[in-house]
Amino acid sequence: MTFENSILTLLTWLPTLGAALLLFTPKGSINAIRWISLAVTVVVFALSLALWQSFNASNPGFQFVVNLNWIGESIGYRVGVDGISVLFVVLTALLMPAVVVASWEVETRLKEYMIVFLVLETLMIGVFTTLDLAMFYVFFEGTLLPMFLIIGIWGGSARIQAAYKFFFYTFIGSVLMLLAMMAMYWDAGTTDIIRLLGHEFPVGMQTWLWLAFFASLAVKMPMWPFHRWLPEAHVQAPTAGSVILAAILLKLGGYGFLRFSLPMFPDASAQFANFVFVLSIAAIILTSLVALVQTDIKKLIAYSSVAHMGFVTMGIFAGNALGVQGAMFQMISHGIVSGALFLCVGVVYDRMHTREISAYGGLVERMPQYAFAFMVFTMANVGLPGTSGFVGEFLTMMGMFQVNTWVAFFAAFGVILSAGYALWLYRRVIFGALTKDSLKGILDLNLREKVVLYPLIVLTVVFGFYPAPILDTTAAAVDNLVAHYSESTGRNPAVDLADERAPLVYVAPAEGAAQPTPADAAH
Amino acid sequence: MNSDVTDFASLAPAYPEMLMAVGVLVLLLLGVVMNKERSLLITWLSVGLLAAAIILVMLQPVDGVVFNGLFVADSFGRFMKVLVLGGATLSLILSVSNAEENGVHKYEYSILALLATLGMMVMVSANDLMSLYVGLELQSLSLYVMAAIKRDDARASEAGLKYFVLGALSSGLLLYGASLIYGFTGHTNLAEIVIAITNEGRSIGLIFGVVFLLAGVAFKISAVPFHMWTPDVYEGAPTPVTAFFAMAPKVAAMTLLIRLVMDTFAPITSDWQQIVIFLSIASMVLAAFAAIGQKSIKRLIAYSSIGHVGFALVGLSSGTQVGVEGVAVYMAIYVAMTVALFACILSLRTERGYVETIEDLAGVSKTRPFVAAIMAIVMFSLIGLPPLAGFFAKWQVFLAAIEANLFVLSVIGMLASAISAFYYLRVVKVMYFDEPKDEFVAVPGELNVIMAVFGFLIVTYYFTVGNPLSSWAHTAAGSLF
Repeated sequence: MTFENSILTLLTWLPTLGAALLLFTPKGSINAIRWISLAVTVVVFALSLALWQSFNASNPGFQFVVNLNWIGESIGYRVGVDGISVLFVVLTALLMPAVVVASWEVETRLKEYMIVFLVLETLMIGVFTTLDLAMFYVFFEGTLLPMFLIIGIWGGSARIQAAYKFFFYTFIGSVLMLLAMMAMYWDAGTTDIIRLLGHEFPVGMQTWLWLAFFASLAVKMPMWPFHRWLPEAHVQAPTAGSVILAAILLKLGGYGFLRFSLPMFPDASAQFANFVFVLSIAAIILTSLVALVQTDIKKLIAYSSVAHMGFVTMGIFAGNALGVQGAMFQMISHGIVSGALFLCVGVVYDRMHTREISAYGGLVERMPQYAFAFMVFTMANVGLPGTSGFVGEFLTMMGMFQVNTWVAFFAAFGVILSAGYALWLYRRVIFGALTKDSLKGILDLNLREKVVLYPLIVLTVVFGFYPAPILDTTAAAVDNLVAHYSESTGRNPAVDLADERAPLVYVAPAEGAAQPTPADAAH
Repeated sequence: MNSDVTDFASLAPAYPEMLMAVGVLVLLLLGVVMNKERSLLITWLSVGLLAAAIILVMLQPVDGVVFNGLFVADSFGRFMKVLVLGGATLSLILSVSNAEENGVHKYEYSILALLATLGMMVMVSANDLMSLYVGLELQSLSLYVMAAIKRDDARASEAGLKYFVLGALSSGLLLYGASLIYGFTGHTNLAEIVIAITNEGRSIGLIFGVVFLLAGVAFKISAVPFHMWTPDVYEGAPTPVTAFFAMAPKVAAMTLLIRLVMDTFAPITSDWQQIVIFLSIASMVLAAFAAIGQKSIKRLIAYSSIGHVGFALVGLSSGTQVGVEGVAVYMAIYVAMTVALFACILSLRTERGYVETIEDLAGVSKTRPFVAAIMAIVMFSLIGLPPLAGFFAKWQVFLAAIEANLFVLSVIGMLASAISAFYYLRVVKVMYFDEPKDEFVAVPGELNVIMAVFGFLIVTYYFTVGNPLSSWAHTAAGSLF
């Protein structure tokens, strides 16, 4: 038991231990339940920071690896993180304490609520840390179970339909991915992801495998036109559920593309890249337009999530360092920003019990601090330079521009449209005259809400100006991925890796210059 | 014909069956002598006997063929016998607290259950078409009576009669198939039949025999299109009897099927494979759709069990060792889930009686949170949702199917499992999302224990039983090849 070989296991299973502890806590001791949950999630967050701290960013491979055979020949206990997954672990661990604090006032079945969320945390961290194909599926699919209960038990009025829709969209997609995983096992003779990454699947088989993975990941992402479950699930889920859904669960799709589709099926990925671009553009433009006409705040943000995920898929399948780095950054940034936006909606929903945009207006008069927080996150959602939202969108479009200028051209409309719906939302909710009687007594952020939202504001702005901590962590792994992808698809790796550090150099010269990249070597 | 029985020790492979046979006769005598209406003692003694048989099976592994090749003991048979005996034991324990209400308090019930179990053990170890039929009929005849044991209940009598008529028909099919096989190969011994088929090749008559034989067995595992009796019998029979039907007989018949197709008909794999694939697809798809409209819990479970037989057959369709291993694991997990499920249902009793319809479960999560949690776990596990045990069961069988390149079967199976999620989720929805209606009476202690133990095993499968179970199944399946 050293730090190296136990940290990931500990991170993954500690929340479940917490849940087991809660199981034996009496139902009535509400404060104990709250504080235990908070303590567990905070400890997990601290551990995740320790993990990030001791993570060696210049190593493109997996670190903290444990590799054991477990059930029969096929399923193993294998964990490890690389530059692509480590940040998702930190993001998950970061948002969980926020979720617990945001759920402080939940009264219905608090004990079950916290247990379900802690189990969900285990499953989410498990997805990112496992290096076993079958276990990836276990965690990936396992998240359905708590999320189904969260939406169904603690959700809004139409929660049952939403829970079912959420479940079936994801489940039907995923079972096909499961079959593909089994086929991969028989072709490569292992479920060890490290070995699978080095295995070359026959080109004909790749097409089918890619499609099966796409069926699952595109629903999870969600990509247009498989996104129909998302707005409903978001609207009906309780605030904490929406936060987790938007911030983490959607990222499972992008993570899956980066972990499996791109490196393991490079030929198929190249073959289907244009198809993905078309869907991404459709997501960016169409769902942005749909977001414009929404009357429900949560639904609007949900549609904007779909649009932002369009940038991620576009960046990933651009297949060059800029695009993939951008997609990674966009996912982390979107995790923080959309999570925070849903928390913001939760703040007013707790007070007014409505999500209708028309029920609000002029909140700035009564809630200046809230207006400020909401503004920062709205701007980040729009992609204003200086917020974290800008970096991701900019990088993905740069990457895309190298590959296909037309796609980049259309994607740029997304930036304009997102400014349209987000600012319009902000105007309708925050500005204007405070005419509605129901709003006259509304209170500004309380301490608990400030504790949740302010750190996220800081992160949004810091990463907007100084994205290096994220980009440096991912750089080595992404370079490795992109170089492999370029080679296998017959493109020139030097071109794909070129200028990858450029935005870093402009933003953070010292960090960028410190590490030579494969691109430099190629020149 | 010389007997190979030289002394008692040479019968060692059949000791567990002999113990059961002697034990059940002693208990029968005891029951008659005691002459009491309600006999808890006999029930517990039966449980003890079954437990002793399990221990004997596990602790004294002797392989061999005895009784002139009628009976074979191998590690595959032992694996399945433990499941059969375990299922029978648990379903007897399930009946203890509610015997009177369900009309199974007479000592004959335990005796019949033991006889049926003995029949199943013979089925599992049958190495000859004759012993196969003897075991099967000992089992079936006991089960017919068990279904109708609540004599003054019209539904139970109807269930018993229906089961008997259809069961007799299937036995007829099976016998006809056996006679054809005997006619075209000249042997009843399974090992001799293999040799005959290998030497003489397949003939139309033999294939006819195989089809009839498999149809007879398919009836016993309630695979579509031979499933019609299942929902009616499950619904009509008293709940503890249904629990018995849902576990041990399924395992025994599945074992029989595996032994027949993997051993005896191995030379004509491509022929039986078509039949098994058809049974599998039909079961999975029909169960997935038919269960959606069900209102009664027991009918729902009936269709669910039909579907699960279909999934288990996915593994068998592959015709490989991995497939048999998968079916073995699948049946073990299926038994565990079924025990927990029936324990939940038997725990939910109102003043008016047991819960019958799914609507009766409304809001159970508030009135009986523990039972609801276990039931929800079982439902999610039956869907095959990871990280619960049901997922690992599906993983094993579909892995085998993919290895055998049965892609169409696998895709249909996976989609059927996604559709079946709909009706399992409905149970969870009613329990968790709806408001409570009824108050339930207190849950008996032994049911709580069963629910806790199996709930725990289902949830922690990956950490606890997963590894030993799959390595045991691996050894077991290996003995067939």
